[in-house]
Amino acid sequence: MTTTALPAPSRRMSPVAGLRNAFTLTWRSLLKLRTNSEDLLGLSLQPIMYLLLFTYVFGGALGGSTHKYLQFALPGVLVLSVVFATLGTGLMLNQDISSGVFDRFRSLPIARSAPLAGAVLGDVVRYAISVAITLGFGMILGYRIGASPLSAAAGCLLLLTFALAMCWFSALIGLLVKTPQGVQWFGFLAYFPLVFGSNILVQSRTMPGWLQAFVKVNPMTYLTEAERGLLNGGPLATPVTRSLLWALGIFLVFAPLAVRVYRRRA
Amino acid sequence: METENSIEAHGLVRRFGKTTALDGVDLVARPGRVLGLLGPNGAGKTTAVRILATLLRPDGGEARVCGYDVVREAHQVRQLIGLTGQYASVDEGLSGMNNLVMIGRLLGMPRPRAKARATELLERFDLADAAQRPAKTYSGGMRRRLDLAASLVGDPRVLYLDEPTTGLDPRSRSDVWAMIRGLVADGATVLLTTQYLEEADQLAHDIVVIDHGKVIATGTPGELKAKVGSRVLEVSPADSSRLAVVADLLTERAGVSPSTDTDSGMVAVPVADATLLPTIIRELDDRGIELAEFALRKASLDEVFLSLTGHAADEPNGHESGELEGSPR
Ligand SMILES: Nc1ncnc2c1ncn2[C@@H]1O[C@H](COP(=O)(O)OP(=O)(O)O)[C@@H](O)[C@H]1O
Ligand SMILES: [Mg+2]
Repeated sequence: MTTTALPAPSRRMSPVAGLRNAFTLTWRSLLKLRTNSEDLLGLSLQPIMYLLLFTYVFGGALGGSTHKYLQFALPGVLVLSVVFATLGTGLMLNQDISSGVFDRFRSLPIARSAPLAGAVLGDVVRYAISVAITLGFGMILGYRIGASPLSAAAGCLLLLTFALAMCWFSALIGLLVKTPQGVQWFGFLAYFPLVFGSNILVQSRTMPGWLQAFVKVNPMTYLTEAERGLLNGGPLATPVTRSLLWALGIFLVFAPLAVRVYRRRA
Repeated sequence: METENSIEAHGLVRRFGKTTALDGVDLVARPGRVLGLLGPNGAGKTTAVRILATLLRPDGGEARVCGYDVVREAHQVRQLIGLTGQYASVDEGLSGMNNLVMIGRLLGMPRPRAKARATELLERFDLADAAQRPAKTYSGGMRRRLDLAASLVGDPRVLYLDEPTTGLDPRSRSDVWAMIRGLVADGATVLLTTQYLEEADQLAHDIVVIDHGKVIATGTPGELKAKVGSRVLEVSPADSSRLAVVADLLTERAGVSPSTDTDSGMVAVPVADATLLPTIIRELDDRGIELAEFALRKASLDEVFLSLTGHAADEPNGHESGELEGSPR
């Protein structure tokens, strides 16, 4: 091996090569998902547990009958499952940092954003799994889509879009917190009021005024309403627009923040 | 073609809060050679490696790899280097094979070539049998080898190995040594950090000794040994009751106090000047001391390290008491 024969290194990354890096790392995320049976199991069992719990424990009391309640609650359970699934993004980033895998990536001549983009893109598949299982198991329990199939497909798409925005918040936590346990704690603490301080499980009429005020601005409320409209039938324009605006807002705030923290660590 | 240094660092400074991890470090690694960065735990070795690998920005000073600045031309530097960090950074969720294929793909290899390269490296590092198993099932030594293989996928011109044998059993250690020698024979430049004097002595062409973020000595292993008393004179009197007399005489002549080992009945003292020897022999003879052994040997790097830093290599601060025991565990 002679040094003279070696080509000079290139000055910068081409965008195409950068995109290829992101896809390679997406492939890696999917491979990990396939081989990590615990993650897959948790991802699938969580919505099943919610559905069983809500339908049979709360259903009779809250909705008059379990069937009626399931019909009301399933769109909310979809939101809940997919939002909690976004925690995985932060968790994976955090593990990559603490295990040194990120350092390896950062010492390679790849696009700086590729590891982040790969983690996020790979996670879309996790969200899709979560949606499919919630919907599928719900139907086994007796849930019926009231709207057209096209409308239901749009509902799934809206969920994925929202999750794609939320996962940047999760990524930010993953980058800021020191340990994977920390990510889980912070994630739950941030997500719990967001998810349950909404109309996912019950109508907000019976809540105290201050809580109603919170529920009214909570993006989960709009997303849940939009899902009810798209899956069960009902008013669409306002909740769908607001959900999309919220998704955009969350993305615009947290994606640059996450990228900035990521670069600072990089 | 100009002969340019593979690594050149001037006055590197890096602080972490109140800690000054590097306090003006200069380094030069010549092409095709092994530079040993030797220092106790906390000396700043990893910090230096991370700066040279573009993972960390220096607070002061500058560094170039094959002529490219590690801060301003980081992308070029990354195309030239391979890094094996102090802690194995393999993806535990992927198989050994996929770990390497992923890196090949990230380096822009088409899939078949990335696969071929991965297979070749797994073979070479004795991981072929475990290629399809997730890396989380690997033993420590296997992980280390996979990590090494990962840093070689792109055939780097400059390779950083941060304590590559720490925590390995003796057999794995000598495997790693053989591998490093093979890489250098193929033309790579290696920056090797180690706490083990023996390792630096065995592998490095040049050594930089750092302690508390400062360079305290540089040179070839031979030069370093020559710098400090260079040679050690060992004298064993036939009658061990005369040890104290011998010790006194050596103190007087060599100008430093010798170490006396009563168990083996030997007095040892570093000597800078071999012309002293005839005088010493004559005076021992004058006092009627019969000798069982009288030998001049090269100082070990342990002894060099001790005299440079005032503490043994594996005592981080030198405050702990303890015998002089520099050999690797
Ligand atoms: N990320 C960090 N944050 C705070 N202190 C650090 C960090 N990295 C290293 N240090 C400190 O810098 C000094 C040098 O560390 P390091 O370069 O890891 O030494 P070595 O690799 O020689 O053991 C140590 O005192 C260590 O505690
Ligand atoms: Mg270190």
